[in-house]
Order: sequence, then C-alpha cells, then structure tokens
Amino acid sequence: MLEQLAIKTALSVIMVAFVMSIAGLLTWVERKQSAVMQDRVGANRASIFGFRILGLFHPIADVIKMVMKEDFTPSGAQRFLFTLAPVVSVTFAIAAVAAIPFGPELQAFGRTISLQVAQLDIGLLYIFAMMSLGVYGVILAGISSNNNYAFLGGLRGASQMLSYEITLGVAILGAVMVYSTLDLQGMVMAQGKHLWGLIPMWGIIVQPVGALLFMTAALAETKRIPFDLPEGESEIVGYFVEYSGMKFGMFFMTDFIETILVAMIMTTVFFGGWQVPWLFADGIHWPWGGVVAMSHGVVVGLQVLSFVFKVVAFIWFFMIIRWTLPRFRYDQLMRLGWKYMFPVSLANIVITGLVLVLIG
Amino acid sequence: MPAKTVTVQRPELNFWEKIYLPEIFRGLWITASKFWRNIFVHTAHRLGLMKSVEAAVTIQYPEEMRPTSPRLRTRHRLTQREDGSPRCVSCMMCETVCPAHCIYIVAGEHPDPNVEKAPKSFVLDLGKCVYCGFCVEACPEDAIRMDTQIHTIAAYSREEMILDMQELLNPSPGGMPQKTFYGKKS
Ligand code: SF4
Ligand code: SF4
Repeated sequence: MLEQLAIKTALSVIMVAFVMSIAGLLTWVERKQSAVMQDRVGANRASIFGFRILGLFHPIADVIKMVMKEDFTPSGAQRFLFTLAPVVSVTFAIAAVAAIPFGPELQAFGRTISLQVAQLDIGLLYIFAMMSLGVYGVILAGISSNNNYAFLGGLRGASQMLSYEITLGVAILGAVMVYSTLDLQGMVMAQGKHLWGLIPMWGIIVQPVGALLFMTAALAETKRIPFDLPEGESEIVGYFVEYSGMKFGMFFMTDFIETILVAMIMTTVFFGGWQVPWLFADGIHWPWGGVVAMSHGVVVGLQVLSFVFKVVAFIWFFMIIRWTLPRFRYDQLMRLGWKYMFPVSLANIVITGLVLVLIG
Repeated sequence: MPAKTVTVQRPELNFWEKIYLPEIFRGLWITASKFWRNIFVHTAHRLGLMKSVEAAVTIQYPEEMRPTSPRLRTRHRLTQREDGSPRCVSCMMCETVCPAHCIYIVAGEHPDPNVEKAPKSFVLDLGKCVYCGFCVEACPEDAIRMDTQIHTIAAYSREEMILDMQELLNPSPGGMPQKTFYGKKS
C-alpha cells in the first residue's frame, strides 16, 4: 500500500514538474516563436551578469514582476469568489493532466508500473469533467470582479464553452467507438497495431475528421487566439481585466497549461500517445522484415521520449496557429460551433458506426 | 451634379475558400515556412555563417542606430569661429522667427571692433521647440544648425530640457546633458 502511494506520488511529481516547467518555458517560447515568425528577434534584454542566453531569463523576470506587483481587489468585488476564480482555473487544468499516460507499463523492481498518474477506466470522461470545471474560473472571475467588461468576458466564456464542449465530446466519440474503451492507456495500446504491417493505426488515420474537429474545439477550450473571445484584448480586455499580480499570473498560466493539456490529449487519442511506429515491446520490427532487438528499458525510454516529442510538436503547432489566424467574430464563432462543427461531428459518429458494423 | 456611385465588386469566395480549411492551412504554411527559414538563418548566424542573409528586420536599438539622413532636423548646435567663440552676432533673427518662442538671447559687446555684437547668453528650451528649423533658415551667419544627429532627447525634468550656450556650442555626445538624476541634483 505504502509502496503504491510512493510510486503514485513520484509519478505525479514527474508529471506536474513536466507540465509546470513547460508552461513556464512557454512564456518564452511564445515570445520567441512569434518573433521568429514575424522577422523579429524577440525578448532578449533580461540579463544576469551580462549573460542573456537568448532571453531565457525573461520568464524569471516575469515571475519576479508578478510576485512583487500589488495584488489589487477592486472595491465592490466579491472578495472570496474573486480570489477563488484563478485557483479554480489553474487547479482543474493541472488536475486534468493526471489521466494522461506518458509511457507504457514499465517492468521494474519486480512490479508493473503503468506510467500514468491516475489509472482510470473513464480517463477521457475525467479529462472532460476537469476541462469543463475549469470554465467556472472564467465565469466566477467575470461575476465577482464588479466590472462590466469582465462580466462580458465571463458571459462570452460561458457561451463559447457551451458551444464547443458538445462538439468536443461528440468529436472524440468516434475514436472511443473505434478503440471501444474510455481508458486512455487502453486507447494508446490499441493504436499500436499497424495497417498491412506498414501504416501505424493511429487515431488520425482512422478518425481524420474527428481529429480535426476535436483539435478545433479543444483550441476553443484553451481560450487563445483565434478563439480568445472571453479575453478579446482589443475590445473588452476580458474576464481578468481586474486581476493583477500573481492572480493574473495564474490565469495566464492556465492558458498555457491548457495548451499543453490539449497537446497531450491530441497526442494520446489521435497520434498514438507514446507509441513509436514499428516499435514493439521487444524492439523494432521493420515492415520489410528484420528485427532490431532492444531491452525493455530502452524501449520504454524511447516511447516516453516519443510522447514528449509529440507533445512539444503539437505545442509548436498550436503556437503557429495562435500567431497566424485572426480572432473570430462572435457570430462567426457561434455559427462555426453550432452550424458546422456540431453536425459534422454527428455525421462522423454515424459514418464511423456504419463502417464499424460493415467491417464487423 | 449628382454624386458618382462606385460599385465595388465583393470577391466571390469559391467552395474551398468558404470552408476555410485550405485557406487556413495555406496561411499556416506561410508562417511555418517563415519560422523554419528564420530559425535556420539564426542558427547559421550563431555559427558565423550566412552573415549576408538577414533573419530579422529589427534594429537592436541602443547598440545599433538607424542611419539618419543628413537633412534630418535633429538637436541644435551653435557653430564656432576659429577661436572657438560662437559665430552668432546676436541679431535676434532666430529669436524673432521662432514660432515657439523658445530662444532667449542676451546680446553683449564683442571684443573685436569689426564684430558688432556677440551673445552673452544663448538659451534654447527644447521642451518648447517644435523642430521647425526656422531658426536655421533665418540665421544670416550660419551660426545655428540642426545637424548634430542627436534625437535621443529625453530628460527627467523640464529644467533639463533647457540648453545653455555652453551645451549648444559643444553638444554632449550622449544626447542630453546629464545634469540631474531622477530629479535630484547630483
Ligand atoms: S526649430 Fe523652430 S521652434 Fe525650434 S528653436 Fe528653431 S525656430 Fe524655434
Ligand atoms: S539668427 Fe543666427 S546670428 Fe542671429 S541671433 Fe540667431 S543664431 Fe545668432
């Protein structure tokens, strides 16, 4: 029992450390990547003893700034809810990561350890529950700030989440039908098969439409451009307009953590999770014959690395999207959500079901 | 005459443009290829290669300055005679023409009997100056010019924006004379 607890604690520490360090780094990545895309140099001024190392000290400077700034509560705000809102946002975003498997079952010290913090049979539902709860942070911030702009931001957040949550759930149902499991580790295992021994049976191959719909809806969940209506910098500043100091920092981190979370879900459900093409438990089986034998440790290491690599690639892709597309107008967003994405995701389920029945 | 109406044809979107996706991917392709190209060139720069190819169009300001045109109206200076005294003869032309009334000259006797007058004090308030260049045009002696190429004109107080004759004759290289720091006399 105690041993179990120790293992789980170690796993969750690894996961939280991974997510938080990537989230911290993302403030730097966002600046630098956007700069490189736009023919600029990006933040490079923060220096310690004259060392700048590509502006990597900027996240540290940010944290110092956030902590030192005055933590202001506007008059007329509901103090308790006002303080609760960022905590709700950030907590549920981090909690959702628990169900993501970042590696296969590791055989070590005479026991089998599934590299996943929470082994839930309903992992996917758990993640959706956490993501939906995170929206309460936005809504609470909007209500409790005693500011009309924040209120508008909260309203927009609520309606946007409503429109996209449904598509989010329905889009992934196709994948659930194909793998016939809600357990994320099981899903990744199911993606280890190969079509004609050549093409890995990843979710993107069997569910391309579902993957696209899910990605769009999930990006809407992260509240970043092009779906940043609750924030809407240029018009209403958004639900966190009254926040300052570390409370604002928490909202800021939430967006990044959700980006990581969405990248992880995309990886896990549609891009084979920790699977490496042609890599099986005993080594690489080339499709043209021939086997490269590998020990268990090397295989697991490679698979964890592949998971990290895929997540990082997705984050990069989401950043490219964020710095390329302009914001949707409110009516366009609603139209896209209800009139296009929702019916298409329903059709996706029907077609998936038909095909599954026909194949047998 | 009735106003002429111009009918602007709105571009018709075809099917592929209407469903957004191909267009979105085209946009992403442009930005992503820009990203990889620039990353490649930045890395090459770090290794000391491909210096002639630019990866960023920005100028790293305090270290790098944008070259300014010689006709740009920058901070004023007073030109000098061979002996270092100002060429100005206190004719008050510039003070009169200045639309901002920011030049204050006190005329005095010049030791050389061939020169009628010389400024005892010549004060220019940059806080009021509108950089019109009229003073330069009005001067009959080519005594005031705006060619120092200094445009980092900033100070912590209004007093510091006022330049005296000494400063006008020998402009400080840093842009503005550092008289005070954060409003305190140093
Ligand atoms: S530039 Fe114009 S405003 Fe400035 S001192 Fe000369 S005449 Fe006056
Ligand atoms: S116009 Fe020229 S000579 Fe006359 S006062 Fe001004 S600077 Fe001196």
